[in-house]
Amino acid sequence: MPKLIIDGKEIEFENGQTIIEVAKKDGLEIPHFCWHPSLSISGNCRVCLVEVEKMPKLVIACSTIAADGMVVNTQSEKTLNARNAVMEFLLINHPLDCPICDEAGECKLQDYAYKHSAGESRFVETKNHKDKRIQLGPRIMFDQERCISCSRCIRFSDEIAKENQLTFVQRGDHVTIRTFPGEEFDNPYTLNTVDICPVGALTSNDFRFQTRVWELSSTESICVGCSRGCNTEVWVRDNEIKRLTPRENFDVNSYWMCDHGRVNTWKNVNADTRIDGCLKDGEKISWEDAIKSVSDGLTQYQPEEILFIGSAFASNEDNFLFKKLAEKKGVHEVYFASAIKPGDADDILIQEDKTPNSLGASKIGLTGSNDNKSLSKKISDGKYKAAFILEDDLTRLEEDVIKSLQNIEFLIVQATNENQLTKEANLVLAASTFAEKHATYTNFLGMVQRVKPAVTSANMDRALDSMSKSRWDKFATTFDRWGRGKKYDSKPGWSILSGILNEMGEEKNYQMAEDVFDELAKEISDFNGMNYDTIGSGGALLKSFTKQEAETV
Amino acid sequence: MPQKKRSKDLNFLEKIYLPEIFNGLMLTLKNMFRPNVTMQYPEQKFIPPASYRGRPVLVKENDDTERCVACGLCSRVCPALAIEVQPDETALEKERFPKLFEINMLRCIFCGFCEEVCPEEAIVMSKDYELVYTNREDAIYGKDKLLVPVEELSDRLEFLRNFK
Repeated sequence: MPKLIIDGKEIEFENGQTIIEVAKKDGLEIPHFCWHPSLSISGNCRVCLVEVEKMPKLVIACSTIAADGMVVNTQSEKTLNARNAVMEFLLINHPLDCPICDEAGECKLQDYAYKHSAGESRFVETKNHKDKRIQLGPRIMFDQERCISCSRCIRFSDEIAKENQLTFVQRGDHVTIRTFPGEEFDNPYTLNTVDICPVGALTSNDFRFQTRVWELSSTESICVGCSRGCNTEVWVRDNEIKRLTPRENFDVNSYWMCDHGRVNTWKNVNADTRIDGCLKDGEKISWEDAIKSVSDGLTQYQPEEILFIGSAFASNEDNFLFKKLAEKKGVHEVYFASAIKPGDADDILIQEDKTPNSLGASKIGLTGSNDNKSLSKKISDGKYKAAFILEDDLTRLEEDVIKSLQNIEFLIVQATNENQLTKEANLVLAASTFAEKHATYTNFLGMVQRVKPAVTSANMDRALDSMSKSRWDKFATTFDRWGRGKKYDSKPGWSILSGILNEMGEEKNYQMAEDVFDELAKEISDFNGMNYDTIGSGGALLKSFTKQEAETV
Repeated sequence: MPQKKRSKDLNFLEKIYLPEIFNGLMLTLKNMFRPNVTMQYPEQKFIPPASYRGRPVLVKENDDTERCVACGLCSRVCPALAIEVQPDETALEKERFPKLFEINMLRCIFCGFCEEVCPEEAIVMSKDYELVYTNREDAIYGKDKLLVPVEELSDRLEFLRNFK
């Protein structure tokens, strides 16, 4: 293997790698703005200049191919001077509006100005003023002044989103970014440009001016918007989700996620429609009473009179215990309704299947079909007198099917938010959302992935449940208004179901989601040998699936 | 135990105490004719100098808008975590404003860091030292109590420009 020397350290590399890649692999960061590992090389920001022995001038590390025996110096006086000079140029027309800039705190320019710049400007002339609020697309606001023309957003929309929508116009210090005439920056992936923008030039309409980033806590999670299950970070302040950002996982979503997932999939967590405590015929009742009512209610019916509908929106653990509960009642067929939106998919990330766990549900032994016909027929036949529906509003089913479901004698609905079924239900069990529990989901590639609690519900405590904490969470007392985010009285699905199982005489007592998953892994062959540790933050593959790189991304 | 001997026995005048009593009375009498230095608070109020750090307040401009841009630096620097800021977007040139600005006066330690860090001279220490409340909720000051017209704060703003 060829070797080169960076700052006196010998590093092996593969032919074709650039200096910056070799350095990165070894854990050494060469400063860069325009270079991004999954975008083409543009080489316009010049901040990655390094000195290579026997080369007459400094070279940019992002586009110089590493060669055997090369001696690179990233800390020589010449390099540092050049880096300083580049920073000074970049800062000439950059406004000093960090206090009102949403990027502040996670801004590359801010960090590098601190690390790699002299800290003083010799520029005494007036800065170039441009437009600060340009709506580039439905979800993106552009601040021309802040842009350092790195072209990452342009390359992203060309190469990753595959839509040529952005371009540079003008020259020199008038250069700016705009959409092509008559076009809007509206592809399904626009918000990724907010993440890769090294400054605060591109901001998300949804998150803009909502909070400072250093006030948030972040938790590893996944997106539940479709069966891709993009890896995410959930950012929370005052027990309220403020934004979702993608987390890199090359087996699933690379660095990206779609706008729909980022903006819409978590809005139900703090919505007014959340179910806050269990309801019996519309009246609030205690958890004990609710669980007793379920168990007592179901004993009055014969197995063939009870319908169990699991859910592809619910986690593996929830569906597993739901199946167990059905079997305990002597019901062996448990259904789930799929949510396929034909045509609403692309070859980047978005999948037609809009549920996060349909593969998991079927692996666990639930029955579902793409068109939900057989399920609809079963319901309309009308022989069922009791039904238990797990975390699904079933809006995809036809109206008369829903009608007959609503007319069932004893209807139990376990739900996170109010929907057409909770209104008619005899018993509503308040379930926690994906953001309030430990759980696993199985995506269409056979990847079992974990979510961790980011928001607390009534019976949880950030410190005791070792959840991530912001500075506010750490020091809040009961007398601080900022420490009093709304907590809903809900429980994770598995916990409710194991309560019902225990009430029905099941011996096994599940203490936490991990216990349920361990049993699942023992009983279902595809999950054999998995546990929460092996899944980790990157996911683990089902046994019958082979690894494939997240196709195009 | 043998009684300890005094280092010096009192003489007759000291024993009868009267001269010392008159001495004391003389001192009282003298002070009655000296100028009075006690301030008759609360009938009479103490007006502190511009360098005084009273309760932090927000500057209200003449057009009734707050000068604050809700950058949250005061909140970040506050060692006692007394300040909470919730920003929002405005059509004004400054782009953002505090939708909610609360200072918990039970937490505030009057250090003045918020004033020092403020990039807009929007939060300043006032001359107000009369902070009374009967419950914890009242001690959390919102924008209604915090906003003070800029003219009333001219002293402090001038002080900051000269000495900050």
